[in-house]
Amino acid sequence: MRKYFDSIRRIAGNVVTVNAMGVTYDELATIDSAHGQSLAQVIDLEGQQVSLQVFAGSQGVSNNDRVRFLQHPMQVPFSDDLLGRVFDGSGRPRDGRGEVTGKLTDLGTPPVNPVMRRMPDQMVHTGIPMIDVFNSLVESQKLPIFSVPGEPYNELLARVGLQANADIIILGGMGLRHDDYLKFRQTFEEGGVLGRAILFVHTAADPVVECLLVPDLCLAVGEQFALQGKRVLVLLTDMTAFADALKEISIVMEQIPSNRGYPGDLYTQLAKRYEKAVDFDGAGSMTVLACVTMPGDDVTHPVPDNTGYITEGQFYLRHGRIEPFGSLSRLKQQVNGKSRDDHRAIMDACIQLYALCRESREKRDMGFEMSDWDRKLLKYGTLFEQRVMDLSVNIHLFDALDRCWGILAECFDPAETGIRRSIIEKHWPAGADESPAEQPAEATA
Amino acid sequence: MKARIVAVNGNLVIAETDGRVVQNSVGYCIHSDGTRLLSEVIRVRGHLADLQVFEETRGLKVGDPVELHEDMLSVVLGPGLLGQIYDGLQNPLPELAKQVGFFLKPGVYIHGLSTTQPWEFTPSVKPGDTIEAGDSLGTVPEGIFTHRITVPFGLRGSWTVEKVAPAGSYTVDAEMAVLADGQGAKRSVTMQQNWPVKRPLSVARRRLLPTEPLVSRVRIIDSMFPVVRGGTYCIPGPFGAGKTVLQQITARHAEIDIVIIAACGERAGEIVETLRDFPELTDPRTGRSLMERTIIIANTSAMPVAAREASVYTAATLGEYYRQMGLNVLLLADSTSRWAQAMRELSGRLEEIPGEEAFPAYLESRIASFYERAGALELRDGTVGSLTIGGTVSPAGGNFEEPVTQGTLKVVGAFHGLSRARSDARRYPAIDPLDSWSKYPGIIEPDAMASMRRLLLHGNEVRQMMTVVGEEGTSIADFTAALKADFFDNVYLQQNAFDEVDAATPAERQRFVFGKVSEVANLDFEFTDKAQARETLVAVTDLFRNWNYAATDSEEYQRWLKAIDQFIATKGRKV
Repeated sequence: MRKYFDSIRRIAGNVVTVNAMGVTYDELATIDSAHGQSLAQVIDLEGQQVSLQVFAGSQGVSNNDRVRFLQHPMQVPFSDDLLGRVFDGSGRPRDGRGEVTGKLTDLGTPPVNPVMRRMPDQMVHTGIPMIDVFNSLVESQKLPIFSVPGEPYNELLARVGLQANADIIILGGMGLRHDDYLKFRQTFEEGGVLGRAILFVHTAADPVVECLLVPDLCLAVGEQFALQGKRVLVLLTDMTAFADALKEISIVMEQIPSNRGYPGDLYTQLAKRYEKAVDFDGAGSMTVLACVTMPGDDVTHPVPDNTGYITEGQFYLRHGRIEPFGSLSRLKQQVNGKSRDDHRAIMDACIQLYALCRESREKRDMGFEMSDWDRKLLKYGTLFEQRVMDLSVNIHLFDALDRCWGILAECFDPAETGIRRSIIEKHWPAGADESPAEQPAEATA
Repeated sequence: MKARIVAVNGNLVIAETDGRVVQNSVGYCIHSDGTRLLSEVIRVRGHLADLQVFEETRGLKVGDPVELHEDMLSVVLGPGLLGQIYDGLQNPLPELAKQVGFFLKPGVYIHGLSTTQPWEFTPSVKPGDTIEAGDSLGTVPEGIFTHRITVPFGLRGSWTVEKVAPAGSYTVDAEMAVLADGQGAKRSVTMQQNWPVKRPLSVARRRLLPTEPLVSRVRIIDSMFPVVRGGTYCIPGPFGAGKTVLQQITARHAEIDIVIIAACGERAGEIVETLRDFPELTDPRTGRSLMERTIIIANTSAMPVAAREASVYTAATLGEYYRQMGLNVLLLADSTSRWAQAMRELSGRLEEIPGEEAFPAYLESRIASFYERAGALELRDGTVGSLTIGGTVSPAGGNFEEPVTQGTLKVVGAFHGLSRARSDARRYPAIDPLDSWSKYPGIIEPDAMASMRRLLLHGNEVRQMMTVVGEEGTSIADFTAALKADFFDNVYLQQNAFDEVDAATPAERQRFVFGKVSEVANLDFEFTDKAQARETLVAVTDLFRNWNYAATDSEEYQRWLKAIDQFIATKGRKV
C-alpha cells in the first residue's frame, strides 16, 4: 500500500514539512516535483506534521507537489555485482551502467554487540615508516587523517588503499572535486584494484544533503561484506563536508547549536558511523580510514575535535609529511610488540630525541650558542627527516627499523638514546664508530 | 497506564494520556511489530508526558501505544553481578549475543542476574531476630568475596524474622526469609532486590572522612597526587593524551576489592580489550582472574544515547551495593563528558534554555550529585566500605575552561590534568606535575614531596628563562637544577605502561625509589661545566631507568641498585 500526500505546509532550507498520517520515524519518501524526483527522509513527527530532509535539495519543490512514503528506511541493494561500480550519494549508478539488484539492506542498523568483537591483531603494512614504525595501522581500526586543503591527503588515502592487503575497498567521497574523483578512479584502475572496489561519490556539484548518505551507504555495504568473512577497507573523504551537511539540516530544524553552529549530537552522529569499524568474532573485518580537513588548520574545531575523541588515533598530514607529534595509532600496541623486539624501543627513542631536536632548533633560531649535545640533536633531526619522515620513503618495517638504528648510531652514544641496555646490546649497529657500549658503572668498580 | 504517541523527534517521544504519570518512571513505546522500547518519563506537561527512549526510535509513528509504569528505572542487585558485562541498562551483553547474534536488537531485554545458577547460602539470623534495612540475613560466597544477602534497602522501620531458609543451595529468586513488622504486614525476601539507579544507596551508621590511600601503583598518582578510598578524582585531557590507558592501568593494578568500569559513550574497541584481557590476567593479590573482581558497564558511543545517561548511574548503584558489604569499590567512569553530552542532546530536544556551550543549566548540580555518591561508610555492623569514583573528562579542544571540566573540578578531591605537550613528548602518564593537585594524604612524607615539587617548579622556571637567555646565560646552579628536575620527571614521574615491571610499582617500592631519587636530587655535584653536568645526569637517569625495569629483588635489581649507590657515593665521578 503506497500513500500519496500533497499538502506541503512548509519548505525551508532542504527540509519540507507535509501533513500526513501513519508515517513512521526515519522512513523514506520520494517527492515528485517539476524538476524531477528526489528521495527524502523523515526527521521529525509532530501530530500530523511530518518533516522530511530532501536529499536533492528543496529547490523547485512547490507546495502542492506529491510526497509518497515508501514505508521502509533507506536501503541499499547488496550483491557482488556492486564490485567495480560507481554510485552517487543516493545510491544511483554514476557510471552509466544499470541498477544493481540484490538483497535490500537497511542503512544505519543497530551497533555491534561489544562482546562479538575480537581484539584486532593484524598489522596493515603500508610501506610508510611514519605509519609502520611509529603509528602502525591495524586491521579494523578507525583512523582519520587530519589535514588542510592543499595537502596530498587524497593521494595518501589512495596509496594506503592500494598497498593495504584488503579484500574489498570502498571509497566514499563527500564534496569531492570531480578531478579528485577521476584521480581516485584512475589510481585504482592502474593499481588493478578497481575490480574489488566500490565507489560512492558525492561531488561538490551535487546537492549538499546527498552527501549525508555516503558514509552510511559505504558502511552498510562494507558491513555485509565483512559478515561474509571479507576484510574490508573503507576510505572516506572528506568527513568535514559530512559534518557541515549535518549542521545545515540541524539549523533549518531550529535545533539549538552547541559549538560554532554544529548540533549538540555531532559526537553521536560521527560515532555512529566510525564505530561501524569492526573485527567480527567469527567473520571478517572493516577498517575505516577517513580524511578530515581542519578549517583554518585548527584541531580544536568541533569536527576534528569530536573525531579525535571517537577514532583510534589520528594522523596529522602537514607540509607533505606525517607529523610525528600528535599523530597516534591507539591500536599500535596490539601489533608492535610482536613484530620485532626493538620496535617499541626505537619508536619511543626516535620520537623523544626528535622532540629534543626541535627544542634545540628553537634555541638555534633564537641565536643561542649550541652545545655539543645540541649539535648532536640537530644532526639527528636532519637525518631523521631525510631518511625516515619523507613521504616518498617506501620500505618494509624491518628495513625502516634498521635505518633508525643506523641514524642513532651515527649521532649518539648508546646511553644518550634512553633505550634500555638489553635492547642496545642486541641491536646497536656493530660497525658504529663509537666505542662499544659504555659499561655499566659497576663494571668499572 | 495507557498513552498514545503524538510526536517523535530523535530519541524524544511525546505521549498523550488522561491518567496518572510519575516523573522519572519507566514506560514502553510499543512498535507496530510488537517491539517494546524502554523509555523514561522526563517531563510532564498537562496531559503530555515527554519520554526519552533508550533505543533508536526508527519505525515509531504517531498513534502508537505507550505503556506507562509507576516504578522508576532500576537495576537488580544480588549475587552474580561480578564478572558481568552489562550495557547501560544492565542487560548482560554475552547473553544478548547468544540470543540475537552480532548486532544489538532494540527491545530485547534480559534479566541482569542468572536465575538458574545456585548459590550456597549460610544464614546469619534466626527466627525472632529483629532487623532493619541493610542488615545481613546470611551470606553466599561469590568468587573471592563473601556476598551479604541483605534486608531490602528500601524497607522502613524494624522487622522481625519470621522464617529463614536453612543453609543450602538456592537460586536468586528463591524465598530466603519472611519478615514481619508486627502490625500484620509480611514481606518475603529473595537474594535479589531492585533499586532505582538515580537514588543514592547508602544505609549506614555514619559517613567517614576518607583518609586511607588507594594505591594505584602509578607513581605520579600515589606519590604526588594521591587518591583515597572513598574519595573522588577526575582526569581531564585532550584526545590522545592517555586518559583511557591510565584508567585501564588503574583498573588492572589498583589495590582495591572491586573495580567497576563504566565505558560511557567511548570506543567499543577499548571495552573489547578489557573484556578479552581481564579473564586472562591474574590479580597478584588473590591469585584469581581479574575479571572476578570486575564489572563492566559498556555503553559505547554507537549505542543509544539515552542509555549512556543511565549507564553511569547503573555503575554507581552497583558500586554502592558492594560498598554495603564492607568492601572497597573503585568506579572508573570513562568519559563523563559523553554523559554530559547525552544530557545536552536531550535538553536541546526538550527546548530548554541552554547554558554555556548549550549544556543545560543543571549540568553542575548533576555532576556534583554523581560524585557525591562516592564515600567511605561505617556500616551498621561496624565494618567500613568505600566507593571511590574516578571520572575522565574529554574537554572540547583540550581546553579545561569548558563547563564539564569546571563543574567537575569544583566537586572532586584530586585533579589529574593530562597535558598535550607531555603526551606529544611521549612522557607518560601525561599527568601535568605542575597543574595537577590533590587534597588527599599520600604514601610519601609530605615535606619530602614538597621539596621535589619545588625542584620541579624551579626547573620549569629555569627552562623558561633559558628560552630567553639561552644556555650560556644560565648559571651552573640553575642549569643543574633544571637537569635534576628532568631527572626526577624521567625516572620517577614517567612510567612505561607497556613494561611488565615498570607498569605497576607497589607502595613499598615507590617509597624506596623515591628515597634514592631524593638522594640524587639533593646531591651537591659541584659541577664545573655544563657538559659535565649533562653527562652525569644522563648517566644516572640511565641507571634508574634500567633499575625501574628490573623485577623487585631480582639479581638485576640488586646490580642496578649497587650501581646507583656507587654513583651517589662518588657523585657520578669515575674512580
